[in-house]
Amino acid sequence: MRRLQQQAATLSRRSFIAASAAVAGSLTIGFRPAVAQDATSDATNPFQAYLRIGPDHTVTVLSAHMEGGQGIYSGLATLIAEELDADWEQMSVEGASGNPDLYGNKAMGGAFQLTGGSTAMVSSWQRYREAGAIARHMLVEAAAQQWGVAAEEIRIDRGVVSHPSGREGRLGDFVAAAAGLPVPAEISLKPRAEWKYIGNDEVRRRDTVDKTRGQQDYTIDVQLPGMLTAVLKRPPRFGGKVAGFDAEPIKAMPGVIDVVETPRGVAVVAKSYWEALKGRDALNVEWDESDAEKRGTAELMAMYKDAAVNGEGVAVHGVGDATRAMDDAEKTLDADFEFPFLAHAAMEPLNAVARYQHGRLEIWAGHQMPDQYQAVAAEIMGIDAERVTLHVMMTGGFFGRRAAPDSDVIVEVASIVKALGEGVPVRVQWSREDDMHGGKYRPMYVHKVQAGIDADGNPLAWSHHVVGQSILAGTPFEAALSADGIDATSVEGVDDMPYSVPNLAVRLTTTDVNVPVLWWRSVGHTHTAFVVETVVDDLARMAGRDPVEFRQELLSEHPRHLGVLNLVAEKAGWDKPAAEGIHRGIAVHHSFGSYVAQVAEVRLREDGTWKAERVVCAVDCGIAVNPDTIRAQMEGGIGFALAGIVHGEISMTDGRVDQDNYDSYRVLRMNEMPTVEVHIVESEESPTGVGEPGVPPLGPALSNALTAATGVRKRVLPLGNQV
Amino acid sequence: MIKLVINGESRDIDVAPDTPLLWVIRDHLQMTGTKFGCGRAQCGACTVYLNGSPTRSCVLPASAAQNAEITTIEGVSGRAAEAVQKAWTDLDVPQCGYCQSGQIMAAAALLEQNASPSDADIDTAMTGNICRCATYVRIRKAIHKAADEMRSEANA
Repeated sequence: MRRLQQQAATLSRRSFIAASAAVAGSLTIGFRPAVAQDATSDATNPFQAYLRIGPDHTVTVLSAHMEGGQGIYSGLATLIAEELDADWEQMSVEGASGNPDLYGNKAMGGAFQLTGGSTAMVSSWQRYREAGAIARHMLVEAAAQQWGVAAEEIRIDRGVVSHPSGREGRLGDFVAAAAGLPVPAEISLKPRAEWKYIGNDEVRRRDTVDKTRGQQDYTIDVQLPGMLTAVLKRPPRFGGKVAGFDAEPIKAMPGVIDVVETPRGVAVVAKSYWEALKGRDALNVEWDESDAEKRGTAELMAMYKDAAVNGEGVAVHGVGDATRAMDDAEKTLDADFEFPFLAHAAMEPLNAVARYQHGRLEIWAGHQMPDQYQAVAAEIMGIDAERVTLHVMMTGGFFGRRAAPDSDVIVEVASIVKALGEGVPVRVQWSREDDMHGGKYRPMYVHKVQAGIDADGNPLAWSHHVVGQSILAGTPFEAALSADGIDATSVEGVDDMPYSVPNLAVRLTTTDVNVPVLWWRSVGHTHTAFVVETVVDDLARMAGRDPVEFRQELLSEHPRHLGVLNLVAEKAGWDKPAAEGIHRGIAVHHSFGSYVAQVAEVRLREDGTWKAERVVCAVDCGIAVNPDTIRAQMEGGIGFALAGIVHGEISMTDGRVDQDNYDSYRVLRMNEMPTVEVHIVESEESPTGVGEPGVPPLGPALSNALTAATGVRKRVLPLGNQV
Repeated sequence: MIKLVINGESRDIDVAPDTPLLWVIRDHLQMTGTKFGCGRAQCGACTVYLNGSPTRSCVLPASAAQNAEITTIEGVSGRAAEAVQKAWTDLDVPQCGYCQSGQIMAAAALLEQNASPSDADIDTAMTGNICRCATYVRIRKAIHKAADEMRSEANA
């Protein structure tokens, strides 16, 4: 990844000036223009919005989405390179921000920029291909004018512009002239048969080389002259507030510059992280805990289970009459599930860097929601939003954590910068303990299910009560709650289940708990898929039917569910006996527009534990833009899910989080990762996302395998490794 | 003053002796390839070599690293490191990439002392390095690939 504008901050002053000159020399006409619309047409000038081409012919794609491992940077580079006919090796990508018209997430309505919900490729598929095609058109026109030839005679192949007369040039030779030409109102895109990069398995990511040499910069690596580091002491219980603190002894400690109160805790600001950390650890703060959550998770879970049994809940979805039909069922099943809080625990602990000078504020961070953070920071500083520039950084994992409705780390860094005054850059760095204790968890849930089959073994009735917190309530996204206060993310995957059940009743009880909660990679599907796919498996067993055949019948109206189910069953050899000592389970689930089915294979070990040895995965995500990235996201989603199902648990005692670090909050390690085989369904549909859809099916597939192995169904998570 | 030898270069650094080597490298020497993930030797993102052996720099006080030969990701070299970085690139191992400096340091150290690691050897050597993106399938494959390349180079 080229280290120009975005990383200019890490260079010395002299090289910063040189880097700025190089950027100016690339002749981008404004990085974030107020208006990029061409005067004569409504089309956006791509050179003012989506790409720039340097004199060295580097094509830098300006990404509407943040990169945190999911591969969208290279995905967008693929789209631009394809339509531009660029050489793959000349492609580079940077994060963009500050213009919702250009970068707003189209899958979310287009009004604001957002990375999340596995929507980046959905939002960008048309937009970035069009940008590349329009840019190509304008470059060809510029070359035609420069050479005095007809545009139709000009070819571009791997970044080389040529004409049969022998004239030749490269993209950077024409960009200055091209950017000033009229923007075509219409453009045609390359037909599928001509794709070189889209769908090509050989395309390698653009950020790999830097990441193998320690040369990829993240927020934690931003270094500005005179930068101080702040480590905050935050309330030990959620909802607690600062009542008082004694700054004087801390200010006397080595390296400590100041102690600053912020809306989210008290910051010790020092010359280095280590000095700030020591100062923070020595700081005494009195807390006002009158509004704090003092309950522990055991107490909360008891409350949830009681609500699941005795509470009415709000009706979410109904077909037929589940209560009455249950009485006619030949056999019924009672299934009660418990899900714990889960932490994102990305490898890069939360952080942000800010600098306020000459009346302008800059913030470097993993901005999943730049427009919101820009507005919040501007308000804190008391300046206009257009004086706030957000640098969207390559991020060390997010899984949803960096889309914070309360703008947590942005509030912290802006408050401190404001307190310290102009010219003092500040880095806020969370420790791992801060990150683990910091809330924003996948909520706890209880599901109470009763389901019944008829005499023919078909599902007859399904009664389902979900109990848990709303992620959206109390946030700027609250408007998305239904009139009855239903948070769709609490029931997604249940209320829209694909199985034809003639009598279905889904209810939701939203709980009032003062623990901050958030979307965690695949959100509601993290628990709903586990419930639905294990209940379906149990119904199949009750009916004496094979789990795959049972599902095939129930999914007869759902070809894309069937497609992945049948493909994974075939590739896993479901119709043949499993290998010696291996037990298998299957699950299929649709989330965020994509369809995924998985077969998990487990082995019971002599020491009384079990191991997941192999997962076979089939995915239908429409056109596979980057097949290898799709595979990687399935592999990673499976590993992420496995940790969440088997080990993940954030517990609280009297309102204090019990887990501090990776020793007490276990994530997946090398020795627990199964082998993974991924099969991608051929499709003509527009691409859908892959960041999250690989997660939901793993838990139930695993549970179904363990149940096949042991005859026992565990419904209290985490499952643990013991048989 | 603490004297440290980093990637062959001797540096005198004015830090409190209990400052973890990780923060000396990152904050005082501006070498940011070595990462902070946990601060308690749990995750491996801070892995450097101390006299050739993989070490968690986040819990090693600078005073304890004095006069030792320290190698970071910026300075790692040799056949194993080259083979590892090439295999990592061939297979597109990294996703977010934040843990990968530590993974590569650990993998190269494994191959320096074991030219044909089994899957169990890989488990033992690498289970200390967390990858939250779970790129483990590719890490394992890349280690085997690097070992194969080193073997065929040696036989050539």
